[in-house]
Amino acid sequence: MNEEFKELYIEGCTYKTKLTRKFGLRKIKPEVEDPKIVRAFIPGLIKSVYVKEGDGVKRGDKLLVLEAMKMENQILSGTKGVVKKVHTQPGKVVVKGELLLEIE
Amino acid sequence: MSLREKVFEFFKKKETVLSGGGAKAVEKQISMGKLTARDRITKLLDPGSFHEYDMFVEHKCKDFGMENKQLPGDGVITGTGTISGYPVCIYAQDFTVAGGSLGYMHARKITKIMDHAMKLGVPIIGINDSGGARIQEGVNSLAGYGEIFYRNTLASGVIPQISVILGPCAGGAVYSPALTDFVFVVDKISKMFITGPEVIKTVLGEEISMEELGGAKIQCEISGNAHFFTESEEECFQQIKKLVTYIPWNNRKKADPFPPKPPKFQYDIEKIIPESPREPYDIRDVIRAVSDDSDFFEIYERWASNLVIGFSRIRGETVGIVANQPYVLAGVLDVDSSDKAARFIRFCDAFNIPLITFVDLPGYLPGVDQEYAGVIRHGAKVLYAYSEAVVPKITIILRKAYGGGYIAMCSRHLGADFVFAWPTAEIAVMGPEGAANIIFKKEIETSTNSEETRKAKVKEYTDKFANPYIAAANGYVDAIIPPRETRDYLIHALSVASRKVEERPSKKHGIPPF
Repeated sequence: MNEEFKELYIEGCTYKTKLTRKFGLRKIKPEVEDPKIVRAFIPGLIKSVYVKEGDGVKRGDKLLVLEAMKMENQILSGTKGVVKKVHTQPGKVVVKGELLLEIE
Repeated sequence: MSLREKVFEFFKKKETVLSGGGAKAVEKQISMGKLTARDRITKLLDPGSFHEYDMFVEHKCKDFGMENKQLPGDGVITGTGTISGYPVCIYAQDFTVAGGSLGYMHARKITKIMDHAMKLGVPIIGINDSGGARIQEGVNSLAGYGEIFYRNTLASGVIPQISVILGPCAGGAVYSPALTDFVFVVDKISKMFITGPEVIKTVLGEEISMEELGGAKIQCEISGNAHFFTESEEECFQQIKKLVTYIPWNNRKKADPFPPKPPKFQYDIEKIIPESPREPYDIRDVIRAVSDDSDFFEIYERWASNLVIGFSRIRGETVGIVANQPYVLAGVLDVDSSDKAARFIRFCDAFNIPLITFVDLPGYLPGVDQEYAGVIRHGAKVLYAYSEAVVPKITIILRKAYGGGYIAMCSRHLGADFVFAWPTAEIAVMGPEGAANIIFKKEIETSTNSEETRKAKVKEYTDKFANPYIAAANGYVDAIIPPRETRDYLIHALSVASRKVEERPSKKHGIPPF
């Protein structure tokens, strides 16, 4: 608790106080998922890609297979649209959050 | 064999067990900056008081070459002793013997000493230093853990349970400490986690050190799994020795009283609190100003420090203190501080320790993260714990007591036996700024000088509601007291309530929101 006093706003009033390490680590705004941008939700290996640029897809169509933790995860489209760009190919090892595919 | 020979043979056998995992393993333990299990027990207990049991217990595993292995004491030392004359049961895992791994007989020794503690009605202290389950013993090792957890649960609220983490404590092993009342850790020595850094790396591709994942600082500042952070094993034992003096042996007793002492002069209660309700101060100074010898034994000093909990003595009697801390996050209630308060209130109630609550909070911490983390569900724990508690409950409102925070902090409505307020108390549905902005919204907006009007309205609201008199007029506050007389009122309330009996309808157990 050696840090300086900061200001904290609560119900119309600003208080002079110290902040904590955990308070600093909090997520201010939760990430809202955009179904048009497909990212790896877990690190793993791309086993197959079913679509190519320009393909029309509808909600629930198979996009690709991501193998992680010995499970083959089918990645389905969460929206209707046209594949704008494929950023990955079969055999690629991807990290968590890596961009895989864009739909427009 | 003659008696002499037999006694000699016994001493030889005993010596083998006492040497633990052998000179090399002991040397390694010491090189890691750790004491041996036996030294830990000797340093924690009163000199010469330790009596060991089950020294010659052996494992029964016949697989994977284990049939040829001798593990002295099966990697755990158990027994009884005293701390400042108070009896305790104790066990310490011996990392020098097969990495302190938990096999079935190892667990049997632990559950036996736990049963013993229950029968005798004395605290149990567990020193954890173990690589985890003994893989060779398979499901028997898991059985061992489960039987310890079961006993932790049965003992909860019957005898105080103290866990000391002096080495690794990973996987299933962490759940015994998590079920106990107080967890002590030592910087750079204690490590606790469910899945280690290696698993996290393979599964998630994220690299993190053991220290950053589950070291003492993390457990005490971020996760809240451990209550006491200490720099060395020595300091850790000192803290345990002090803790034991504040709590009773079991739930049928009260904590032993100490000779009463006045607070120290340096804590002048009327000089601690700033004039403006927005300025911070250290609530612990107020606690010290009313406590015997100005001594306050804080629990969870580093976690959720926007709320302070701990033990003090007032005229020799142990009391549990719960207080908002304006110094940190303006003293708000949030997910962690609600959790922290609720568990402590239940401990005090279980062990016949009167509760004193100091109130000064602007309300709950606003934020998406708080709502998503379930501040509703966690906040409800405080309401539950206070309402459920039947020990004497005394509340002192120092400054702000706004909205839901006012209700939660042991208000009259949750069954407080005594509610006192300082003349500086502001008991209202919300702070003057927020309230004026809502009540006089139209007038402020349509005014030719809205800032002027807003200020005037805030003042109007402050004068009318930001005080203790409306609550006092309704009988929600028993007395408005000058700050200087706080300790006198506490002493009186504690003595009047000393034989308090509150009967509740019988039930198997309640269903608190955890």
